[in-house]
Amino acid sequence: MKRNLLSLSDIHVHYGGVHALRGINLSLQAGEVVALMGSNGAGKSTILKTIFGLVPITSGSVCWRGTSTLPVPHDMVRKGISFVPQGRRVFANLSVEENLEIGGFSVTDQGLVRQRIRDVMNLFPILEKKRKEPSGTLSGGQQQLLAIARGLMSNPQVLLLDEPSLGLSPKAVKEVFETIKTMSQTQKTALMIVEHNIPSLLRIAHRGYILDKGTIVAEGDAQRLAKDSTLERIFTGSS
Amino acid sequence: MEYFLHLITLFAIYAILGLSLNLVVGYTGLLSATHAAFYGIGAYATALLLTVSGLNFFFAVFLGIILTSLIALSIGSVLSKFRDDYYALGSIGFCIITFSIFLNWQDLTRGPLGISGIPRPDIFGLSFSSSILFALLALIALGVTFLACRGIVRSSFGRVLKAIREDEGAIQVFGYRTHTYKLLVFVISAAMASVAGSLFATYVTYIDPSTFTILESVFILAIIILGGLANLRGSLIGALILILIPELLRFAGFPAEIAGQTRELVYGLMLLVLMLRRPQGLLGEYKL
Repeated sequence: MKRNLLSLSDIHVHYGGVHALRGINLSLQAGEVVALMGSNGAGKSTILKTIFGLVPITSGSVCWRGTSTLPVPHDMVRKGISFVPQGRRVFANLSVEENLEIGGFSVTDQGLVRQRIRDVMNLFPILEKKRKEPSGTLSGGQQQLLAIARGLMSNPQVLLLDEPSLGLSPKAVKEVFETIKTMSQTQKTALMIVEHNIPSLLRIAHRGYILDKGTIVAEGDAQRLAKDSTLERIFTGSS
Repeated sequence: MEYFLHLITLFAIYAILGLSLNLVVGYTGLLSATHAAFYGIGAYATALLLTVSGLNFFFAVFLGIILTSLIALSIGSVLSKFRDDYYALGSIGFCIITFSIFLNWQDLTRGPLGISGIPRPDIFGLSFSSSILFALLALIALGVTFLACRGIVRSSFGRVLKAIREDEGAIQVFGYRTHTYKLLVFVISAAMASVAGSLFATYVTYIDPSTFTILESVFILAIIILGGLANLRGSLIGALILILIPELLRFAGFPAEIAGQTRELVYGLMLLVLMLRRPQGLLGEYKL
């Protein structure tokens, strides 16, 4: 049996008076792609933020390689977890290259930073062409690719992606998902992806979790979840 | 010639203030009104060390930098936890408190009477009592400050500062502890302002609290906003324009009884028009 890279046990999170996560248990293994699905407010993004230490945990534990850890962003980056937040959030006035350099925070050797930039440029050739341009001039799809590439700069073992297709055209969504698929196959990076574009997501995911009101209501193999009525029930609100 | 050298010296002092404040406001995006306070602390520290202790100028400047940096470190560690309007309000509060200390700690600062008889710099037997030598000293200090600022903004540290300005939340995602970066640039900027204060105190040979009010902070902010935020050459141009315009308006031929007020009015109008037509300043890369 494969050992978990990352696991969450009985996680509870509150936003003020709102009980956002209610006893979440999930895991991620090396090299796999895990989908987090559910309607708005189900707690998908909160799970990613919890893993990365951006929201405080009320109770429960996060384990990294079998050891319980208190998530703090700079510590999680050093451990090998990278987070690509919703809405791309590239630094518009910095060039593509400078954005990538920012992503290499945990890499102290400048030679290695250069090497990582070459590596991600190979993976995302469009960024090579725009290397010196301010990232604010890129299209939405290109900015999303830059955001993902920036997340890969620290050579993470786990990449947390929050809604990579948000606000993108269908063509750009296709391009982004194809790149994610290639990346997962070539980089051996484990991915945990929150996404509303379920068909695109399940095509690249190995496993998935379906959330509703802060709890996991279904989990399992991606192909099985694609046929599961739970998704339809949650998204249409039917009982 | 003396008048010209006087303008050069003033330009150099305000350009140092502009360059250093631009690191915090332009490059890091933190609207700080603390600069007059650090300028004043540097001036008072140098004035007291030279008049009371009779220290060497360089040593006095160095101790002024240390003192200013320590104060900046303590106030900055609080301010760095804030963003946007709260940061600006906190910085205004610090500037007002510092002014009150200059004014009321009479045993040390002599309050509104100020400190007079501050000697001009004397370095290895070379006295900078002449205007030309002092202007040269001020220009050398400006050159060093410019090179230091250029080194900072072109470094990876400078890149992080710009990223903090763009989206502080996003850069934290990569593991950067932005609080530390904000604190560090704040202390560096304050240390540079301290040097400007030391130059000012030894140039005019007299200081009192009225020079270091919140209005002085606003004037330094005007320099960098006019010249352009996040642009070092902009700070130089902003200082040049704001030092020269009031002087040039002296020759505009306004009636003597209203000359002062008219100059202020024209000066204010010019700034207003510029800000309306070009809010990012003359060479700015970033708009508040």
